[in-house]
Amino acid sequence: MWDVEFTRLLIPALLTGLWVTVQATVLGYALALVLGLAVAMVRRVKVVGGIVFVVTEFIRTTPVLVQLVFIFSLSALSDVSPLTIGIVVLGVHYSTYTAEVYRSGIEGVAKGQWEACRALSLPSHRVWGAVVLPQAIRKVIPALGNYLIAMFKDTPLLFAISVPEMLSVANDLGGQYFRSFEAYTLVGAAFLLVAVPSAVVIRRLERRYAAV
Amino acid sequence: MEPGNEPLIKFDSVVKRFGDNVVLDGLDLDVNAGERVTLIGPSGSGKTTILRLLMTLEHVNGGTIWVGGRPFSHMYRGDKLVPASEKYLREHRKTIGMVFQQFNLFPNMTVRKNVTEGPVHSLGVPKEEASERAVELLEMVGLADKIDAHPTQLSGGQQQRVAIARALAMRPEILLLDEVTSALDPELVAGVLDVLREIARETDITMLCVTHEMAFARDVSDRVFMFDAGRIAESGPPEQIFGDPHEDRTKSFLKAVLEHD
Repeated sequence: MWDVEFTRLLIPALLTGLWVTVQATVLGYALALVLGLAVAMVRRVKVVGGIVFVVTEFIRTTPVLVQLVFIFSLSALSDVSPLTIGIVVLGVHYSTYTAEVYRSGIEGVAKGQWEACRALSLPSHRVWGAVVLPQAIRKVIPALGNYLIAMFKDTPLLFAISVPEMLSVANDLGGQYFRSFEAYTLVGAAFLLVAVPSAVVIRRLERRYAAV
Repeated sequence: MEPGNEPLIKFDSVVKRFGDNVVLDGLDLDVNAGERVTLIGPSGSGKTTILRLLMTLEHVNGGTIWVGGRPFSHMYRGDKLVPASEKYLREHRKTIGMVFQQFNLFPNMTVRKNVTEGPVHSLGVPKEEASERAVELLEMVGLADKIDAHPTQLSGGQQQRVAIARALAMRPEILLLDEVTSALDPELVAGVLDVLREIARETDITMLCVTHEMAFARDVSDRVFMFDAGRIAESGPPEQIFGDPHEDRTKSFLKAVLEHD
């Protein structure tokens, strides 16, 4: 039987956990967006780009859970909060994906656009800022959006480094009251509640930008 | 050499290779200030490469290009000529404008922004002034009413006329026209050529055109260069090249092109 009393107790705690989850997602994603763009641009530079490529491939091909616990163990003696570590590790890990997305967008910009910039002697901040990136990013908005949802779904991994996000809250209370079934069901429902509308929004974006 | 007699553009034994393919093979070519020059010849004969070298979209593998009496593909270090740095090229190519076969307008900007982007951000012209000049230029190409449109809302011919206005907005001394009507539907070609005829009439800009429009070449050019396999097969005034070609290569090329028309 479903324990209504326990559910009442659980929901406010889960909401606190959801708030942590949302913070981790939003801040981590912001980091992934900015860092990924920087990586995609630097990768076009000789030598330095090659080094960046090796580093990002290393990060991309190792599990994010391993990265989380590894960095967490390194910082055991410092007073950096687990949430901050989680945000940074998730952000850096996802920046290797977003960098690939940006790269495909940048490569999709016609060669003639670069040549026109050159013919007008535009300074490089205009070439990137006014011509190449506006065209490249527009095309990859849906792909970037998918990584927002993917990242949101990865936040329970922060459980492993004792960040009080939703899963960790549910685990604690569920164990304490021997009501793990209700606790985990509600966590699943909460994820659905956020992810489904987000997916709908991203579908819309996809339709709007794919047409151009 | 006396100043004033010097050619504005001078190719001195220029070599350009793409891999094993030698596109220009020790080319010498002079163009005088204010001259209208047309480059004709079969595709792959190196005509477009000449324009791309001048726009610094490609770099020479040998020889030197001079513009306005100064080295262009190279620069002086002490009294030695070394390949030009990116900074040197940026400064010196500002006197050169180019119109492309595929227009290459910026699709994310309005027509006005397309035309003012270069003057404002590369020459430092105040926005207001650049915008006024854009209106004038768009009037000249007959598209003043499209100033707030986006390129995708325009026909190919209109886009190419905007591209011409964009190139002129930089007040170039030299205008490079790379097969500017080749990507257009036949009924839109005349509008673009009319604009170019007007520029030839109203300004003293030095023009280098690569074109397959022989009638246009005949009307506008002071001199026609017939290219074949990276070399100039023949050059002369249009009356001579089209009326009395000396070289067999020119004759056979013109015969093939004119029959096709």
